[in-house]
Amino acid sequence: MRSKIDIDWKQIDEIILRYENDKEALLMIMQDISDIYNFVPPEIVPVLAEKLGVRKSHIFSVATFYKTISLVPRGKFIVHVCTGTACHVRGAEKVMDALKADFKTQEGGTTTDGLFTLEGVRCIGCCASGPVMTVNKETHGGLDRSSALKVIENYRNISS
Amino acid sequence: MAKLQNREALEKLRNSLQAKSQKSQKLISLCAGSGCGAYGTAKVHTVLQEELAKHNLQEKVQVKLTGCHGFCEKGPIMVIHPEGVFYPQVTPEKVPDIVKTTLIGQQLVDKLIYKDPVTKKKISHEHEIPFYKLQKRIIFGNNGLIDPTSIDDYIAVGGYAALTKALFDLTPQDILSEIKKSGLRGRGGGGFPTGIKWESCRRHEGQRYVICNADEGDPGAYMDRSLLEGNPHSVIEGMIIGAIAIGSNDGYVYVRHEYPLAVTNLTMALRSARSLGLLGKNILGSGFDYDIRISRGGGAFVCGESTALMSSLEGKPGRPRAKYVHTVEKGFREGPSNLNNVETWANVPVIINQGAAWYAGIGTEKSKGTKIFSLVGKVVNTGLVEVPMGTTLRQIIFDIGGGIPKKKKFKAVQTGGPSGGCIPEQFLDLPVDFDELSKVGSIMGSGGMIVMDQDTCMVDVARYFVDFLKDESCGQCNPCREGLKNMLDILTDICQGRGKEGDIDLLEELGMMMQKFSLCGLGTSAPNPVLTNILYFRHEYEAHIRDKKCPAGICKPLFHYEIDAEVCTGCHVCFQKCPQEAVAGDKKKPHSIHQDKCIKCGICYDGCKFDAIKIC
Ligand SMILES: Cc1cc2nc3c(=O)[nH]c(=O)nc-3n(C[C@H](O)[C@H](O)[C@H](O)COP(=O)(O)O)c2cc1C
Ligand code: SF4
Ligand code: SF4
Ligand code: SF4
Ligand code: FES
Ligand code: FES
Repeated sequence: MRSKIDIDWKQIDEIILRYENDKEALLMIMQDISDIYNFVPPEIVPVLAEKLGVRKSHIFSVATFYKTISLVPRGKFIVHVCTGTACHVRGAEKVMDALKADFKTQEGGTTTDGLFTLEGVRCIGCCASGPVMTVNKETHGGLDRSSALKVIENYRNISS
Repeated sequence: MAKLQNREALEKLRNSLQAKSQKSQKLISLCAGSGCGAYGTAKVHTVLQEELAKHNLQEKVQVKLTGCHGFCEKGPIMVIHPEGVFYPQVTPEKVPDIVKTTLIGQQLVDKLIYKDPVTKKKISHEHEIPFYKLQKRIIFGNNGLIDPTSIDDYIAVGGYAALTKALFDLTPQDILSEIKKSGLRGRGGGGFPTGIKWESCRRHEGQRYVICNADEGDPGAYMDRSLLEGNPHSVIEGMIIGAIAIGSNDGYVYVRHEYPLAVTNLTMALRSARSLGLLGKNILGSGFDYDIRISRGGGAFVCGESTALMSSLEGKPGRPRAKYVHTVEKGFREGPSNLNNVETWANVPVIINQGAAWYAGIGTEKSKGTKIFSLVGKVVNTGLVEVPMGTTLRQIIFDIGGGIPKKKKFKAVQTGGPSGGCIPEQFLDLPVDFDELSKVGSIMGSGGMIVMDQDTCMVDVARYFVDFLKDESCGQCNPCREGLKNMLDILTDICQGRGKEGDIDLLEELGMMMQKFSLCGLGTSAPNPVLTNILYFRHEYEAHIRDKKCPAGICKPLFHYEIDAEVCTGCHVCFQKCPQEAVAGDKKKPHSIHQDKCIKCGICYDGCKFDAIKIC
């Protein structure tokens, strides 16, 4: 699944420019890059270092500190199962277990077909509708094992 | 939009907006907050527009997509003003009926009226619903009345009037003393007096920064999200007033990347405030400059801590530093920095508008005003509730929240998130404020209130928080890093049946060590969920350790399900639902469970209508 991706360098330049090459905006720049590729391709790091005037090691330390940033490729759909307290007491673990079994992977893992990456997230602020999960930018609430699997099935169908 | 040059121009705009809004006879407020959005507000909105067009009602009926109304569980929520007719769980299919019957026919659609889950009575108007009736929404109330993307809406309900007062009628000193007199304390959890913090920041020379903490890391709490999404201008207005009082021209909102709608609405609000001359250079022709930028955090709980937040704002990893020097003296970029929580900021315009005396009349002796709580977990009515400080836990959970669902028993309420604790039944009549809950070992915190019922295992809850904190600890100091790791190992052992005598004492010792020697608030408060839990639910720990039993039926190695043959009606539901084919039995005859096939998923237990399945 690890096909080399083509990076649109013009787009990367635009993102950096949007933040006026400000090194304080490093995290946001990486988040915007993640929004395009679902991760920060490591070949971008030297470019970032040069344009922002920081060391590469600084970029790696920021990238590894914040959970929203990944330096390894993630699936087409990033599934975030909320494991916040409100969702936890309503059975989020059962949803997580069901998806682990369905994806045949652990938390943080990606399905072999490269379609789904499973991650836990500590609260997305939809606590009244728990257990909840997001698939890329869409939120699904009131889940249990079977409804969560149904949601996933829908994404599988639209992408096949 | 042309910039408003002075306060008169703002008042003129306000008058014309108010006159315009009086023209339409009806206002439909449709919630487009994150909660309702997830249930499909967008589709409802499309159909609503079509139906209104079909009946030629666009002129007479105004539709507003608003922020969160607080009752997210019942979303999408629709309220028809001026009467306040309330329709929960509105789907596109229900819209034509509502338009025809309620908007045109002036009648209620009987089958769509809200039914109170406790009394089973139908209640048609928002203000009569127990969930809303007992609240006092001085901060959150405008959420249901304004479109957060429209600065006009905010101005029409009186927005930026406090700002003009602060700019033209009051001196910075007046504002400081007004905030001090109001008794406002920080809503981010610590409860530090806001006026005193502002004053000490003002005392330090240099480029000062006025910053808003919208990191909202407490899992299970979302009031900051809903305020920023639903009424961003109230936070902006509060920050500008703070900047005037403190003497700052530069501001930031640090908001979680996980809150995309809040980021969008805030970005839009900042832009429109700037274009009207309410933000930026020479605000309303007063000569005062202040602008706000957004910084998006990256999902790290510790970044909510003030020094870590400022380090993150500087584009670095968010690691806390020792606070020998306070951030009001040296914070962001080494400048004097004043940090307040979203809700704290939203209180400021209200205080300036209504006066400190009025504000100090609400709440308890040392905790003034209202507090928004995120009432979630095992409670009938879940959502955001705003009540005066001093309201009791019982009033919040039972009168507003409607108690525990499915006739289960209340066990505890967790307040204060990962820095707080679990409060048992005997303290339900405690008034909730900054001081009372600390007396029983928890804290009010930022407003998370997670209700737990008999099916919640308290050891598992402690393990949950420690696991959370271990992941979130920045790891730079030993007591926190190693303490949490050890605690997690012990708690995991207890939950899996490997608990030993002495484990409880060890947990307590570790906890005390962490409280004393950790560098930042994360580590010093991390043992709280464990220690209060041991204090009130020691018997559950002992059951796990000595009897190797999990009485709540959560820790899988420590229980199994059995069907009580006397009670089982043979309805066959569990047989059909079990994913493992672990249930045996013929219809109308008592069923039984093959223990070797059962994975303890709990589907049968949750699904049996006759309570025939027991935890053993
Ligand atoms: C580990 C940790 C996490 C925190 N998270 C938050 C948070 O998410 N939001 C917040 O407003 N305050 C948080 N705080 C409190 C802040 O450090 C700070 O006290 C607060 O933002 C000050 O604002 P206030 O006085 O208006 O409450 C946290 C503190 C600690 C120790
Ligand atoms: S107490 Fe924990 S989170 Fe705070 S500085 Fe130490 S290791 Fe980091
Ligand atoms: S669902 Fe309950 S009553 Fe029905 S067969 Fe199963 S155990 Fe018996
Ligand atoms: S707990 Fe799950 S696996 Fe076990 S009998 Fe019940 S439904 Fe089947
Ligand atoms: S706890 Fe799951 S969304 Fe908040
Ligand atoms: S999001 Fe609609 S009521 Fe909260």
